[in-house]
Amino acid sequence: MEVKQISLFLENKKGRLWEAMDVLAKAKINIRALSIADTSDFGILRLIVPDPDKAKKVLTKSNFTVRENDVIAVGVSDKPGGLAGILKILTDADINVEYMYAFVEKSGEKAIVVLRTDSISNGKKALKKAGITVLSSRDVYGL
Amino acid sequence: MFWQKDIEALSRKALEELQLKRLKQTAHRACKNIPFYKERFSKLNIKPNDITSLKDIQRLPFTTREDLRENYPYGMLAVSKEQVVRLHTSSGTTGKPKAIFFSKKDVDRAAELIARCLIMTGIKKDDVLQNMMTYGLFTGALVMHYGAEKVGVLVIPAGPGNTKRQIALMQDFKTTTLHLTPSYALYLASVMGNEGLVPRRDLSLRRAYLGSEPYSEETRDKIEKFFGIDVYNSYGLSEMNGPGVAFECVNKNGMHLWEDNFIMEIIDPDTGKKLPEGEKGELVLTTLCREAMPILRYRTRDIVMIIPGKCKCGRTHRRISRIIGRSDDMIIIRGVNIFPQQIERVLMGIKAVAQNYQIVLEAYDQMTVRVEISKDLFDGRVEHLVNLQNEITEKLRSELLVKPKVELLEPGTLPVSEGKSTRVIDKRTL
Repeated sequence: MEVKQISLFLENKKGRLWEAMDVLAKAKINIRALSIADTSDFGILRLIVPDPDKAKKVLTKSNFTVRENDVIAVGVSDKPGGLAGILKILTDADINVEYMYAFVEKSGEKAIVVLRTDSISNGKKALKKAGITVLSSRDVYGL
Repeated sequence: MFWQKDIEALSRKALEELQLKRLKQTAHRACKNIPFYKERFSKLNIKPNDITSLKDIQRLPFTTREDLRENYPYGMLAVSKEQVVRLHTSSGTTGKPKAIFFSKKDVDRAAELIARCLIMTGIKKDDVLQNMMTYGLFTGALVMHYGAEKVGVLVIPAGPGNTKRQIALMQDFKTTTLHLTPSYALYLASVMGNEGLVPRRDLSLRRAYLGSEPYSEETRDKIEKFFGIDVYNSYGLSEMNGPGVAFECVNKNGMHLWEDNFIMEIIDPDTGKKLPEGEKGELVLTTLCREAMPILRYRTRDIVMIIPGKCKCGRTHRRISRIIGRSDDMIIIRGVNIFPQQIERVLMGIKAVAQNYQIVLEAYDQMTVRVEISKDLFDGRVEHLVNLQNEITEKLRSELLVKPKVELLEPGTLPVSEGKSTRVIDKRTL
């Protein structure tokens, strides 16, 4: 299964982020990782959650503007040069990274990097070809 | 001081006789030379000869801004193109402007009216007038410019903006008189205040003419105190030459409307019926001397009242109050007329925009357009939203000629509005 990410449009308004988190809390959805991209006027909150479909449903129901899309997740050794190695592969394959964020696995041995490349399938192909394990949804959500 | 005392202080009786004579001529010329009026007259089954008293003006058809727009570009012209020497335009609700033509005589008459206005405020040949209105298609700057030159005043055609240079010009040339919008006057005051400039001490200013935007008596006081000057109200609209239709004398209690050049009526905007003197209503103007483009009973949409009684200055031309409101939803920002429908049209032409929007006016001249994005087109990418924001800003700027700030909102954020007025939130304190 592909790893899914939830993106949420957030106006620059007091309490709006809390409202989104509150909706997820009430639906008992745990957040595995998150990242916020922002400009001075608005932000986009990106989330990795165990049940993205449910998260999308409850957020949409509460009038949030939500989009679900595919991302690439890879495990990277938690040591200097780990991430650079991954990015070198993508650079050599002429693949552009739109954004990425990372979080450390509970065991602490690996970091998980969530990547969005201009073409998800090309990104995956390049990584696999270089012998990198691309994580499945179960690997990521079940952390 | 008078520029044309015989006309400015003409007895009411003689003034009304003059109005009647000119009204008859205007109706004849309009009916004969402009197909639009010919058709309107025949629809109402009236003839120019039916006008026998000033009251008969109420039988004539109104002219609206839509009429001018529909007859754009040359439809309202009463003379041949050879006789036209100048074009001005005024913005309209649908992007199509209104065209206003001047013959050589019209240019001169408009300048004469301005000359009366300026002399009425005590201006002299050795005064220096810094004209800070927009030169170009708008009437504001050029009509004032010609009038001030007629008086013999030194005119600095500064145009608006570039505040530092404006201040330098005032210092270098010892400007005594300013012509500008109230919002720019307030902005100028804030810049001077920040720079520690004290106009009474550092400048030679004596008076300012404020027009193009509605503003309050409190704002006049504020501007007068800060600059240490007299502020005079100026009323005009492009369709009626621009500035110089009505202007305040030294008594600063209402604007004398030049009744030898215009017939004014105050009507109920809903019924079109004339209201008794002293009541608030829509100002309707008929040109009496315009050669290239006579206009009958123009609905200005400005709500004003006639100030009863005679003025101490000796002028017999009646005075109107400052603009109390508008009978439509036009907003004026930085001296530019904007209709919410223009904004709506731009927004609805952009796919990623949902139905709802709001226009917020703040500070002196800040316009923020708040737009709900479409839920279906949200794809989670920041650059798409930034591009959308830029696209909306640029399209609005090119339609309105004023650059707004654009805010993207989540769908469902704004109150669902039924009337257009609730879409505009005016927090300005002009």
